[in-house]
Amino acid sequence: MSGAEGVPRFAHGSRVPGWDRAVDLEKDPEEVPDPATTPVPDALRAEIEEYMGRYPHARSAAIPALRAAQRHHGWCSPEAIEQVACVMRMTSAALTEVATFYDMTETEPRPHHHDVFVCTNISCSLRGAEAVYDAMCAAAAGREDLHVRSFECLGACDIAPMASVDGVYVGPLEPADAATIAEDVRAGRPVLEAKQLARRPVADEEARESRPAGAREARP
Amino acid sequence: MKLLFAGIDEPGLNTLDVYRRAGGYESLHRALAMTPDQVVAEIDASGLRGRGGAGFQMGKKAAFIPKGDMDKYLVCNADESEPGAFKDRELMQKNPHQLVEGMAIAAHATGCNRAFVFIRGEYDYVADILDAAVAEARGAGLLDHVDLVVHRGAGAYICGEETALLDALEGKRGNPRLKPPFPANQGLYQGPTLINNVETLATVPHIVRMGGAEYAKLGTETSTGTKVVSVSGHVQRPGNYEIELGIPAREIVYGLAGGPPEGRKVKLWFPGGSSAPVLTEEHLDLPYDFDSLAKAGSMLGSGSIIVVDDTVPVIDVAKWVAKFYTHESCGKCTPCREGTAWTLAMVQRMDRGEATPMDIEIMAGVQEQIIGHCLCVLGDSMAMPISSLVKHFREELEAHIEAARARRDGVPTEPPPGGSPEQEEVAA
Repeated sequence: MSGAEGVPRFAHGSRVPGWDRAVDLEKDPEEVPDPATTPVPDALRAEIEEYMGRYPHARSAAIPALRAAQRHHGWCSPEAIEQVACVMRMTSAALTEVATFYDMTETEPRPHHHDVFVCTNISCSLRGAEAVYDAMCAAAAGREDLHVRSFECLGACDIAPMASVDGVYVGPLEPADAATIAEDVRAGRPVLEAKQLARRPVADEEARESRPAGAREARP
Repeated sequence: MKLLFAGIDEPGLNTLDVYRRAGGYESLHRALAMTPDQVVAEIDASGLRGRGGAGFQMGKKAAFIPKGDMDKYLVCNADESEPGAFKDRELMQKNPHQLVEGMAIAAHATGCNRAFVFIRGEYDYVADILDAAVAEARGAGLLDHVDLVVHRGAGAYICGEETALLDALEGKRGNPRLKPPFPANQGLYQGPTLINNVETLATVPHIVRMGGAEYAKLGTETSTGTKVVSVSGHVQRPGNYEIELGIPAREIVYGLAGGPPEGRKVKLWFPGGSSAPVLTEEHLDLPYDFDSLAKAGSMLGSGSIIVVDDTVPVIDVAKWVAKFYTHESCGKCTPCREGTAWTLAMVQRMDRGEATPMDIEIMAGVQEQIIGHCLCVLGDSMAMPISSLVKHFREELEAHIEAARARRDGVPTEPPPGGSPEQEEVAA
């Protein structure tokens, strides 16, 4: 049997992504893609090469390079991964193993889209994340450009329940905000401007009123 | 006393100009005029303990870095993914130069010629701010002695574990490594590597400015200094607060964050993020420092308090905790990969009315088999809070299981998988 079909290790499926796929033992060892037959968009190539130049060992650029390819192609498609492999002089397999590990590199087909990550971890759930997530899913129903998923802690429990819309943190959300988010994304407006994290002052009142610590010496 | 958070909302503090006007980078100049050993001695004298979770003394860690002329690496762990933690985000977003300065000083102190900030992928907008700060500092000639790169991850809690972080930084899957060798000897690219949390490194300029001995006067004898505490969950004013270590936890939860909404009580709280064993209302009078919390059977961890009030069933807390660690287990070690998933399955069975009170014992037994049996502490991070929930709330869990079973019309169910606790002990 070739390795194309899924082989579930347990009735409920294995929990490690990719582990359900069997290995094809008859395949030849993979080679590094040939630049002559692997066209890579110039912009993508330049970006990956710039990342590679930042590190003492070029392989360190794997994650930034995959994310660049994802921005370019919408997801980490086999074609996208092959292009990264071609520029980085690695095999696609070595990069696929990286791409399947991380939450933000998508290895399932998906058109270009806007990401809405709704945090459903403990601090957000304590403050009603589930209702926000349901409302967000309802607001995105029928919208192919919106990719809504529940996400683990995004590190903004001070604005719980919150969501990250294309990387912009907004909160504290109410279910009614979901429709506004969907509309703002459609219109290309800044998302839910009044609730953006970037505008929020520090909670620590004393810190808000204090001066930077070195200031005593620098200024009278 | 505000150090890290002093004037944090000053407009434009993220720019070099404003930061310098506020006295920024003076500590770096002072440190560069000292020998590396003198700087390490100052950090050591400050007693500064790591703010990322383990609480290991930074001065000791820095002293482990071998001397000599090889490539040495400084890595800042900015992969803040612990549920309940969001202090590093605010520190980097509003005062990125404080971190850059701290890293420049630490690089000088340990002779590291290359430095990396490993920031989680979800914090893209914070990484942009850091990138700009690094470029400004480099342009001003402040980073001539070290090459600093901001490296963005792609979303994996495990990358907060130092050796998994190193693998991710080398462009691999974020799987933890066997220790020893410790990163100080063989870390990034097999070279000596000093890894510290954002808050730890951001404190370094203040230590150089004040002097280690002066800094050590803050806080308690074994937990010196100030700490940024993230308070979230059922409190009226969730957010980051900078406190002096050793103040009563009640002062943080009620005094600063306002406590739970009117008419509700604190049922339980996580003192150090979701990996810390939970404590209850009576523990709120404990001093909030490393040793007092350890003595009470929990830990300060990253200093993230999650407050849960009496409206929430304990089983929900267990479910959220187990779900998170099941999702984030990297799959390298069996006890963690399987243990987290089985724990989640058991909690869900309890909630669905398919379990008996005996399952609590089985679940507790699974936790014992995770703790200490893996390369890293991700599994332990689930096992410890789950065990503590069982310890403090066994009666409620039993009642919940019985009620859920009654809801299923009292239909008896087949025994759960995994065998009895006795069998599990033999297996262990």
